[in-house]
Amino acid sequence: MNPVNYLYLAALLFTIGASGVVIRRNAIVLFMCVELMLNASNLALVTFSRLHGNLDGQILAFFTMVVAAAEVVVGLAIIVSIFRTRHSASVDDSNLMKL
Amino acid sequence: MIATHALAAAGGNSPSIPAPHIEYGQLSPMLVVFGAALVGILAEAFLPRRLRAATQLGISLAGLVGGFVAVVVLAAQGHASTRAGLLAMGSVAIDGPALFLQGVILLTAVLAVLTYAEGRLEPRINGHRIDAFAAQAAAVPGGEQEREATREGLRTTEIYPLTLFAVGGMLLFPASNDLLTMFVALEVLSLPLYLMCAIARRRRLLSQEAAVKYFLLGAFASAFFLFGTALLYGYAGSLRLGEIADVVSGVAPVTPALAVTTQNDALLLIGLAMVSVGLLFKVGAVPFHSWTPDVYQGAPTPVTGFMAAATKTAAFGALLRLFYVAFPGIRWDWRPVMWGVAILTMVVGSILAVTQQDVKRLLAYSSIAHAGFILTGLIATDRRGVAAVLFYLLAYSFVTLGAFAVVTLVRDSKGEATHLSSWAGLGRRSPLLAAVFALFLLAFAGIPLTSGFTGKFAVFQAAAGGGAAPLVIVGVLSSAIAAFFYIRVIVLMFFSDPQPSGPAVAVPSALTATTIAFGVLVTLGLGLLPQYFLDLATKASIFIR
Repeated sequence: MNPVNYLYLAALLFTIGASGVVIRRNAIVLFMCVELMLNASNLALVTFSRLHGNLDGQILAFFTMVVAAAEVVVGLAIIVSIFRTRHSASVDDSNLMKL
Repeated sequence: MIATHALAAAGGNSPSIPAPHIEYGQLSPMLVVFGAALVGILAEAFLPRRLRAATQLGISLAGLVGGFVAVVVLAAQGHASTRAGLLAMGSVAIDGPALFLQGVILLTAVLAVLTYAEGRLEPRINGHRIDAFAAQAAAVPGGEQEREATREGLRTTEIYPLTLFAVGGMLLFPASNDLLTMFVALEVLSLPLYLMCAIARRRRLLSQEAAVKYFLLGAFASAFFLFGTALLYGYAGSLRLGEIADVVSGVAPVTPALAVTTQNDALLLIGLAMVSVGLLFKVGAVPFHSWTPDVYQGAPTPVTGFMAAATKTAAFGALLRLFYVAFPGIRWDWRPVMWGVAILTMVVGSILAVTQQDVKRLLAYSSIAHAGFILTGLIATDRRGVAAVLFYLLAYSFVTLGAFAVVTLVRDSKGEATHLSSWAGLGRRSPLLAAVFALFLLAFAGIPLTSGFTGKFAVFQAAAGGGAAPLVIVGVLSSAIAAFFYIRVIVLMFFSDPQPSGPAVAVPSALTATTIAFGVLVTLGLGLLPQYFLDLATKASIFIR
């Protein structure tokens, strides 16, 4: 199969993730959408790595996975602590600060 | 050259990967800071609680000062000029701008850590001194667990190792010479900052809310950075900034794959745009600024000061390196867009600041406006522009650190009194503190004889020399708008009557006093005798490729 198709898929996944972040209101879902964006980037990196015949992209994909794991640790810690305070993970409820 | 084996060969007779050569000496500023962070974690795990706060402060200061000494030694050995070079197989560049910014970041971090350790501002609880951070970050605000932790006088001393990790990432960020290192550095500096925002002692709901906003938007922005990286890699077949520059300007040897991908300018332009979004988010440029006021307001004030000064310095360093090393070849494509971003940032930052009623939000919008002023220096695209940006970052870091340190001192029974109305008449109650804050505000406004004036003059001169005269006009106009609200605060402090139930000014220990004194010293020093530091910035203004 033509590897360019994987790039279209990556762009599609990235768009789904990005629009999810903009549309959805639950912090956990937002977070999952960000992860989807990171994985879409991974797919693009690996595909380009195949196109160019060098390994840089695949190495970066590994780093991305590690970074995403670290981000989960930090993100869930913050989201869980705010959930225990307010019993809600909706980002619309977090509006103590307004312009 | 590692990692450029053809995939076909990798499948068949698996070639050996050579061990990378690492120049530990030149990387020592980062290694010292990361080492101190690890020692800090061990101290957190093994030391009894009563010893932790003092030990952590000592470890942090040792690490940061040690890192700064390493930077000075490297610069004295000529690694900023004649011996500048690419290290760690080309993924880190130690050159003038990198060392200059690392020095600025380390100095600001030293002063910020001093404000973390301040224990005289809050009243003692059961004889325990407490600081600005939550007794126990995991406890639910207002719950029994929190009350118990407060009674026992617990402190979140994890803030010190977290800061050291963030500083380590910040040191790597402006020195990173490929997009992989830049992405990792971006995350290493961001992840601790998200946590540090969440652990204020007072107003914990605001603090947690700030952390959630910062985290979600920050992760969103880094996803953009990563996808942009993927597209640029697709265009150029390499993550190295220098090799991308060669492909962009067409001097690289054309492989069959490059012949196809370089046909497609969309990869290059969209990739650059998305990487820039990630970096412009970190510097707080409009339209990626919306997190700034909320996070600055909600985070513990010592953390806000650190974040405002050091994150901006690191992120502008990375932005400069990206545009000046990798993409000078297509500057006619990115310059118009950056014009727009700079104009929007200056104007929106200045105008929205006028309507603010909270000191921390006011300083946040002022930091947005300053990001715009610094961007005008970046647009100059020549050596003078780099020097001006470096000098501006030096000047701005100390002013902003000092200003936030002053904010921690004005307090009432509920903690810091950040509403502007409670600052009325502060000049009559505490003339010295009000005068110091007025000096910082005048420096923000860019009044002559302060560092702010020299910095603004330098960036505007560079921008005008680089053919961006209209930008300078917009810059001067928004400086005038900005001056209005800085002066308004000064008038409020000195020429209005104090409220009867107004805030009291806490007497700080030597720690916060040192930070404020350094802020005043640098602000006046760079305003009165800027020549040495301007020369230093000019000498440090050459990027290595």
